[in-house]
Amino acid sequence: MSDGASLNLFQQQEANRRRTALLVIGFVAFFAWLGFGGDYLFYLATREAPRAAYHHTFPWFGLVLSALAVAVAWYAYATGPEKVLWSTGAREVGGSADPAGPADPADPKERQLVNVVEEMAIAAGVPRPRIWVVDDPDPNAFATGTDPAHAHLAVTRGLLELCSRDELQAVVAHELGHVKNLDVRLMTTLAALVGAVALMHDGAARMVRGGMSIGGGGGGGRKKGGGGPLLLVLVAVWIVSWLVAPLVAQVLALAVSRKREYLADAMSAQFTRNPLALASALQKIENASAPTTHIKRGAAHLCIADPLGRRLGAREGPLADLFATHPPMAKRIAILRGMGYAQLKRQQGGGGAIGAA
Amino acid sequence: MGSLLLLVVLAAAAAWLIGAYNGLVSLKNQTLNAFKQIDVQLKRRHDLIPNLVNAVKGAMDFERTTLEAVIQARNQAVQAGAAGPGAVKQISQAENALSAALQRLLVVVERYPELKATGNIAQLQEELVSTENKVAFARQLYNDTATQYNIKQQQFPTSLVAGLAGTRPAELWEVEDQAERAVPQVDLSSKPKA
Repeated sequence: MSDGASLNLFQQQEANRRRTALLVIGFVAFFAWLGFGGDYLFYLATREAPRAAYHHTFPWFGLVLSALAVAVAWYAYATGPEKVLWSTGAREVGGSADPAGPADPADPKERQLVNVVEEMAIAAGVPRPRIWVVDDPDPNAFATGTDPAHAHLAVTRGLLELCSRDELQAVVAHELGHVKNLDVRLMTTLAALVGAVALMHDGAARMVRGGMSIGGGGGGGRKKGGGGPLLLVLVAVWIVSWLVAPLVAQVLALAVSRKREYLADAMSAQFTRNPLALASALQKIENASAPTTHIKRGAAHLCIADPLGRRLGAREGPLADLFATHPPMAKRIAILRGMGYAQLKRQQGGGGAIGAA
Repeated sequence: MGSLLLLVVLAAAAAWLIGAYNGLVSLKNQTLNAFKQIDVQLKRRHDLIPNLVNAVKGAMDFERTTLEAVIQARNQAVQAGAAGPGAVKQISQAENALSAALQRLLVVVERYPELKATGNIAQLQEELVSTENKVAFARQLYNDTATQYNIKQQQFPTSLVAGLAGTRPAELWEVEDQAERAVPQVDLSSKPKA
């Protein structure tokens, strides 16, 4: 088991590094396309203007938008974890690891959380992440960060109240699985970029609507734009790109997160040697699936269970495949139970795993 | 043409050799590091136990023997640890005895719900469980890493490079021990005073 799992882990880490880089490059390229495409169209529109009128010969839009995209991508990568935590209103609970940070929590549940996170960090072989609590009664958890040394793990107050120690341990192990195989880097960057796209789209749409009315008036008077069908296609694609940008970002966020949940479940089982604990934790989370009001849409794909309480995830199918951030809970639980029974069978012969009280 | 083919084959072989060698060295260091982590957790446990026991001495006066057994096992484990890293067998025996003593203490705490109701004892229980888990998970990580290292050394074709890299099979940390197998004896004749 360990050999295959580790090979898998290494590949997973590589894949996540590559995908994060691709995501950032794609993001910048997309905005470059929007900018330079606009420049080209504007150039065509002003080409036949009178000598004295404005001729758009320098690609200002492209350069500005590309620079903006680079800045946003860098900002998203550098401050993504803080932004995600800030958006959920999480507060940090301390622990003995950092004397400069907050003091040891007095609350027994939070004290237990700190202990459990320390234990699972040992089991996973990663540094202890910083620990946060979201004061929300709905049970949920998420991890964020750029790499295992700079990771954050947050759980809701509802999870602490609802889960037993074993179940909490399993959930924390699941999140540390995301940390260890670098899912957090990809998913946090994605969360920050999705937010940025939505913001830029809203702002740019307003600007473009203003610009269009001027450009349209100027260009409409000409007999022909001078491009023929190719230009028409270009214009159409360019406009559609503007319209679908937020949707693309959203679907990307969804597609990226589903497969990872199964893998993180398996890693949790490997760290705790107790797949049944995660199965029962997921069952409890599923039963209490009221929306987690503190966690907004942008961070949904980071959570262990869909915080929006959407029921699309209840079954798999083309629709669920496209729009659910999480695989069906029933299927995850069934897989974990299968692991649990296989483990019980093996243990009949002795050589058992270490039971965690 | 023939020499070109030979060159390609040689280059591929060299690339594989480097990869396999580096993989083994990386695993070896991971194993060593995982072993150090057990040490860190054992040391932490040694430091923690006297404080924990002192904190509950008053409330658990009737279980003085259990507490004394814990302290005694702890002192022996510290002594065994001081003997040096070579004495893996003695260390693991002493540590297993300490684990057993702590398990017995936990069972005792479980037996008296009135005790668990007081904040101190509930905290003691949580800290004991966590301490034991930390040691156990550090061992688990070490055993997993060491197993992986051993498998790599013995599997063909990596086994061809193993001699070159100077690898030796890593010893697993055994949990099986007489003291740990024994069922804890709980004396129910004495009741809490409070």
